[in-house]
Amino acid sequence: MFFLDILSGVLLLVGVFFGFTGALGLFRFPDFFTRVHAASVTESIASILILTGLMLQTQFDLNTAKLIFILLFLMITSPTASHALAKSARHGGLLSIPESKKKKENS
Amino acid sequence: MSFILDYYNYWVVVFLMMTGFYIVISANNLVKKIAGLNIFQTSVFMLYISMGKVTGGTAPIVVEGVELYSNPLPHVLILTAIVVGVATTSVGLALIIRIKRAYGTVEENEFKNSDDAI
Amino acid sequence: MAVLIDLVLLSMLALTALRIIFLKDLFAVVMLFGIYSFLSALIFINLDAVDVAFTEAAVGAGISTVLMLSTLALTGRKEKESKHSSILPFLVVTVTGAALIYGTIDMPPFGDANNPIHQHVAPRYIEQSPVEVGLPNMVTSVLASYRGFDTLGETVVVFAAMIGVLTLLSVRRKEDDEAPDSGLKSHRVLHVVAKIIIPFVILFALYVQFHGDYGPGGGFQAGVIAAAAIILYALVFGLPMALRVISPKFLQILAPLGVLLYASVGIYSMFMGGNFLDYNKLAHDPVHGQHYGIIIIELGVGITVFAVMLSIFYAFASQAERRNVS
Repeated sequence: MFFLDILSGVLLLVGVFFGFTGALGLFRFPDFFTRVHAASVTESIASILILTGLMLQTQFDLNTAKLIFILLFLMITSPTASHALAKSARHGGLLSIPESKKKKENS
Repeated sequence: MSFILDYYNYWVVVFLMMTGFYIVISANNLVKKIAGLNIFQTSVFMLYISMGKVTGGTAPIVVEGVELYSNPLPHVLILTAIVVGVATTSVGLALIIRIKRAYGTVEENEFKNSDDAI
Repeated sequence: MAVLIDLVLLSMLALTALRIIFLKDLFAVVMLFGIYSFLSALIFINLDAVDVAFTEAAVGAGISTVLMLSTLALTGRKEKESKHSSILPFLVVTVTGAALIYGTIDMPPFGDANNPIHQHVAPRYIEQSPVEVGLPNMVTSVLASYRGFDTLGETVVVFAAMIGVLTLLSVRRKEDDEAPDSGLKSHRVLHVVAKIIIPFVILFALYVQFHGDYGPGGGFQAGVIAAAAIILYALVFGLPMALRVISPKFLQILAPLGVLLYASVGIYSMFMGGNFLDYNKLAHDPVHGQHYGIIIIELGVGITVFAVMLSIFYAFASQAERRNVS
């Protein structure tokens, strides 16, 4: 049990680190698309790590199954949400930084 | 320190309530007023739930071997209040849409003038 | 540890509320309001109110955000610069706030088990409800059984709100060729994922509905979650498709049906010789009677809340679509 506790602690800490970098990226990155990238990539890895860490804390009963389901649905929905965000931004005519630079040079 | 911890929740509730109140009386836009009203509403929810909390207690669902539960009564009141709250908010928003259609604006000071014109 | 989490979350909540004051972009206001709702749901969990948190997350962050966004689609997303000075409102708020803060000093300390609120009705609920009603979830016992009248009243209020919205905004079914091209129509990924997710959401709503006696959940939450599933469908596949799946007419039958189902349990218990909503008379064993009563009235609540939330959404969304067409 002791080993599992340490492992889950490490997983939680690394997960929190990734979550933190994601938030940092969301604030510091220059344009919309890089921000979505930062948020979505770190969000998926952080949720995997944190939920796995939490699973190790359970008694491997119904709660573990619930956490697995949460992880499963997060794995499906959060990339979809980021994809939908980015695609809607394209649809609305938002350009990434290199593209808008090119447009400026052309015009 | 314990004085702060004893009352911190209530102070934040008062702060939120006043924030909502400020938005309601200072904002011109009706949609923003509704958002302010909702903030006010949530602060009341927070007050009730804070009062129901018992330190060291758990959620009021019976579990073997647990003696101390938080007070279930505020939870019941607030649970229904949230659903009723969104229902009444939607009536407010529907009224705003009708106002927009009738007066062409949702800014408070603007349709006051057009009222005078009539 | 719980105290620390409480402090941090409440401060975040206060900051979010403060930010809302100064934002002129109403779209951002609505988004921040969604964040505000999620934060308050987290605080509710931390304060042991799991049922409330559940409701707040589904209603505050889900339904009201969608409703506010569809209102913004009609009214415009910018708040105009106001010419009024904001000194007078600020003064009023400061004075009122100071008075209230002064008032809180007389309140009993937070979380103390000896507070007056914990001395009266609550001990009865906590000690007797598992015996009298026989359900582990005290919130459901109190909601559906001890305070059954109150909940019936709330359900009627929700129903009345639907009537109010539908008299103000009508849902009109439009011909397909008129339907505007939603930006999400060409979204293959979203279509596929939504098709996978929506059945699970509805399944989860049913679980919440019928497992509400044993864990967090119940009719209110289940109704909102089921409505959210259909709202997701309408957002991804367009409103005309959703109107074809569940027509507004059907919802207008469903909503009063739930209220009537609730009330009929009360009438039935009167026929069986008890008072209005006296579930003990529904079966030979009082505890069994309570079980039957609670399951049926929760179902009534769930049906009404589902129908009301969805028809309110239909009303708002069809307004927005009509404007797009013209």
